Amino acid sequence: MKHLLKYLKPYLKETILAPAFKLIEALVDLFVPLVIADIIDRGIATGNKHYIILRFFLLVGLAMVGLAFSITAQFFSARASVGFAASLREKLFSKIQNFSFEKLDKIGTETLVTRINADVLQVQTGVNMVLRLVLRSPFIVFGSMIMAFTINVKAAFVFAVSIPVLTGVIYLIMGITIPLYKKVQGKLDGVMLTTRENLTGVRVIRAFCKEDEEVKEFDAKSDALTRFNLIAGRIGAIMNPATYVLINIATCAMFLIAGNGVNEGLMGKGNVVALYNYMAQMIVELVKLASLIITINKALACADRVSAVLKEDDGIEYTETDEEEEIPATDCAVAFKNVSFSYQDASEDALSDMDFCVQKGQTVGVIGGTGCGKSTLMNLIPRFYDVTKGSVEVFGKDVKSYKKGELISHIGIVPQKAVLFAGSIRDNLKWGNEEAKDEELYSALEIAQAKDVVDSKEGGLDAIVEQGGRNFSGGQRQRLTIARALVKKPDILILDDSSSALDYATDFRLRKALAELKGQTTTFIVSQRTSSIQNADFIIVLDDGKIAGTGTHEELLQTCDVYQEIYASQASNKPGEVTA
Amino acid sequence: MKKSPGTIRKLLTFVGAYKVLLILSILISAFVVVLQLYVPILFGHCVDFLIGKGKVDFEGLNHKLIWILILIGVSGIGTWIMNVINNRMTFGIVRAIRSKAIRKIQTLPLAYLDRKGVGDIASRVITDTDQLSDGLLLGFTQLVAGIVTIGVTLYFMFRMNIWVTVLVLVLTPISFFVSKFIATGSFKMFKLQSEIRGQQTALTEEMVGGARIVKAFGYEHRAKERFDEVNEELRKASEKAVFYSSLTNPSTRAVNSMIYACVALMGAYYIINGNLTVGGLSILLSYANQYMKPFTDITSVVTEFQYALSCAGRVFEFLEEPDQVPEKEEELGKVSGNVEVSAVDFSYVEEKPLIESFNLKIPAGTHVAIVGPTGCGKTTLINLFMRFYEVKAGKILVDEKDITDVTRESLRLNYGMVLQETWLKNATVRENIAFGREDATEEEIIRAAKESHSWSFIKRLPEGLDTVINDSSLSQGQKQLLCITRVMLTLPPMLILDEATSSIDTRTEMKIQNAFEKMMEGRTTFIVAHRLSTIQSADIILVMNEGHIVEQGSHKELLEKKGFYSNLYESQFAGIEI
Repeated sequence: MKHLLKYLKPYLKETILAPAFKLIEALVDLFVPLVIADIIDRGIATGNKHYIILRFFLLVGLAMVGLAFSITAQFFSARASVGFAASLREKLFSKIQNFSFEKLDKIGTETLVTRINADVLQVQTGVNMVLRLVLRSPFIVFGSMIMAFTINVKAAFVFAVSIPVLTGVIYLIMGITIPLYKKVQGKLDGVMLTTRENLTGVRVIRAFCKEDEEVKEFDAKSDALTRFNLIAGRIGAIMNPATYVLINIATCAMFLIAGNGVNEGLMGKGNVVALYNYMAQMIVELVKLASLIITINKALACADRVSAVLKEDDGIEYTETDEEEEIPATDCAVAFKNVSFSYQDASEDALSDMDFCVQKGQTVGVIGGTGCGKSTLMNLIPRFYDVTKGSVEVFGKDVKSYKKGELISHIGIVPQKAVLFAGSIRDNLKWGNEEAKDEELYSALEIAQAKDVVDSKEGGLDAIVEQGGRNFSGGQRQRLTIARALVKKPDILILDDSSSALDYATDFRLRKALAELKGQTTTFIVSQRTSSIQNADFIIVLDDGKIAGTGTHEELLQTCDVYQEIYASQASNKPGEVTA
Repeated sequence: MKKSPGTIRKLLTFVGAYKVLLILSILISAFVVVLQLYVPILFGHCVDFLIGKGKVDFEGLNHKLIWILILIGVSGIGTWIMNVINNRMTFGIVRAIRSKAIRKIQTLPLAYLDRKGVGDIASRVITDTDQLSDGLLLGFTQLVAGIVTIGVTLYFMFRMNIWVTVLVLVLTPISFFVSKFIATGSFKMFKLQSEIRGQQTALTEEMVGGARIVKAFGYEHRAKERFDEVNEELRKASEKAVFYSSLTNPSTRAVNSMIYACVALMGAYYIINGNLTVGGLSILLSYANQYMKPFTDITSVVTEFQYALSCAGRVFEFLEEPDQVPEKEEELGKVSGNVEVSAVDFSYVEEKPLIESFNLKIPAGTHVAIVGPTGCGKTTLINLFMRFYEVKAGKILVDEKDITDVTRESLRLNYGMVLQETWLKNATVRENIAFGREDATEEEIIRAAKESHSWSFIKRLPEGLDTVINDSSLSQGQKQLLCITRVMLTLPPMLILDEATSSIDTRTEMKIQNAFEKMMEGRTTFIVAHRLSTIQSADIILVMNEGHIVEQGSHKELLEKKGFYSNLYESQFAGIEI
């Protein structure tokens, strides 16, 4: 939490004024029992109606002053907590934007979304509550005690004893129940998981006739949840009666002592009523304080989660020197020099001994089974991950010596998972180039075989894309993401298994259009189908993180076992050929 | 609220065993309320015993204090017992409802489950059930307590002083109006706030969820701009909503303070006139202080009650869904695998007939490939074979026996099924593989894993067979391999392979082909696949379109026919050699 406090700084004034004003309100509240005592002991005792009326107006005045201060405090507190939350969100968002892929893998994007939204909101509530109550409640609790001391020292000792006792009891019970409730939550999650499993797996469960076992498993989990709930509930149920009984015992003790005081003429009836009222005020605030502590605890946990993200380093560093280093003239658009790479915490290398050069303007095919490292290899080119060993060079320059944003401006990527964003088709295509004109968009669409997708939608380029692009089919999305990358007119184009949802004919037309792309575009085509890459200038065959062979289709058919096997396994897809 | 009497009656059937507890809880709660309200009166009397210097009635004071101690002791214990009873009741009922719900899931027709979706049903079983027990049962006790509090408070106050009580009664509604006024005002702001928050959530989900693409396109600064814009809007809206809604407490408190002052003023005058004691005033003051509480309690209980009622409605609606068609008791036994479909009609939606007068006769051991464009009814056919869905007309026979004449279990045990959708339990690899045969030995499990080529990745998992699988720990292809392993261990007489290798690369697929062939040997097999290699080797290919079999025959025959199949084939694979 400490780490986050600096984001409260712009609201320093509000942060100080809100509790301060609350304090004044509390002070006003503390005066009320005294005024009542005066009414009883001076006004009533002497029958002075004028005095009573004056005191009545004093009470009304106090209420008004209290209201005014309280409202001002609420305003400051709202401004500070909301503003604080807004800057937290902003910082979090920037932070996440700068995270490397490795960091994103490690933390997981889903939890990041929760942190920006839910956790920050919880922190906001916490800050708000703290600003409003953190001074007020203890102030009233201790203020009551101090006021009691001004009335009668002996009676006040009852306060001095009961505050720590009550606080102790409340803490003790909460100390026991809060961890218990956490366990309850864990059990509930388990029940939820089993329920979902039963629903998502209903076909398999029925096919294997495992209904009874599933029910048994669920019942066991549900029973455990119930048991924990009962245990936690039984202890939690002590809280209210215990505080109630304690405060009333204290009041009784106070009456006994006050009785003596009155008998000795040290205090009046009104004073006793005042003490009684202070007692009541005190318990109300103590209970508030207890619930405040729960809120604060929750907020602190969330704050920790938030600050954990902010404390993470970006996971990637960019060079910042402006010096242009000498780049040796080279024909290589992309060169891998003895590259090995392993994901964090992985025991085995995902890629090892990658060594090849791709010349400018070449079309490169990358092929291999699932999990053999194709996508990983592609991710190293735009430096989404840093290599563990060796170096990757783009246009003769180590990717690590590119400035932030510089490398990516050369590269257009079509990811495996075709994701579009909410907005219009035009918005999505312009991701590649903010300034792109409609003609440029259309020419990219034509190459990507996606023109008919746009034409088929009402509004053409302005057609609405829903979140994630769910109003488009898989094939349509794939073609649009290809177009998106083409709008960028990149020097290097990477198609990461991005025609898997296209039928063979469209895939073929796409590859043909890409081949006709004039200029120096270096294209990487990652695929599982030999048919998609067999016309490439250069094919890299990957097997289990290693290069199994490089060369053209014909060469590889002669020299590379893995390639032959892959080819053979798909050969029957070709009309006119007999299964190998 | 229209359906409420019915819903409450249904809830009462679950209360059943707890009826006595419920009544007890209500009685105790009422009793405790009376005791707790009586305590301030006793304290008031105590005040009156403190007459003045040297005139304190200690005997009377001690007597009252002892009574107070007894009363608070009793009410303390009473409250605790009531809480424990409430817990037992609510958690017990929640468990009973959930246990019924999970059984319901097993017997509901798949048609319902498919239609409703996982999220909807899961939230009914978990969240709504919790809400129902909290809101309805506790709400009920709180409601009773609140009403008793109001009644008893009024009674005690009236006994103390009629006109002060009338004053309180007349003035309290002001506090209500104030909070109501604020609530209506803040409602709009909250609505705006949640709208903007919704936008922001959607944006973060996209930009953070798609962070990889954002980076790939160097879109970071644009994303940031968009985020900042919404964030600032949210800040403005939130500030208003939070501030405005936080006015409720100070405002009602101010109103209450006024009432308090009025009571003090009026009470003081009555005391001077000799119509009230100081103790009496103290009682009236503490009542005036508390008087608002039961009202606010009841309002919140009523809101919660309404919400809980709608939750209960959703839970009971689910529990009352009609079950799948009851089954006959006869067991099918182990079949040889003759399948006959005769004049079957089927549709998911009444108005849109899908499968019509469908006929098919398949001798045991035949390998049947089913092909056709998306939505042609391939998967539907499998739903019918497994009796996940019921035919609308006609019948399906297995070994000359109508499948509706035997138990579902005995039918399904004769099928081994691998679906495109890979479902694995959140359990260890071993438990998942042995899902269909819990008694399988270690060797059998490993052998099956080796045959299906899943062993190579299983042994690389952190804890091998004992690794617990969760959603993200395996790739789609690995999951599919495990599903295949799972079936290899059971080997029933008939197989259904619905896109069973769609996520496995061709080379691995070819490697497990042997295992597949061995598995399929002598077994009636239905294969839905998009890979021609799998289809070509089938004994018979059924070409489906719009719910009908448009062609059937071997690959070669169908190609020569130059019909739908050959068209389909051309459109998918044409151009490949160009």
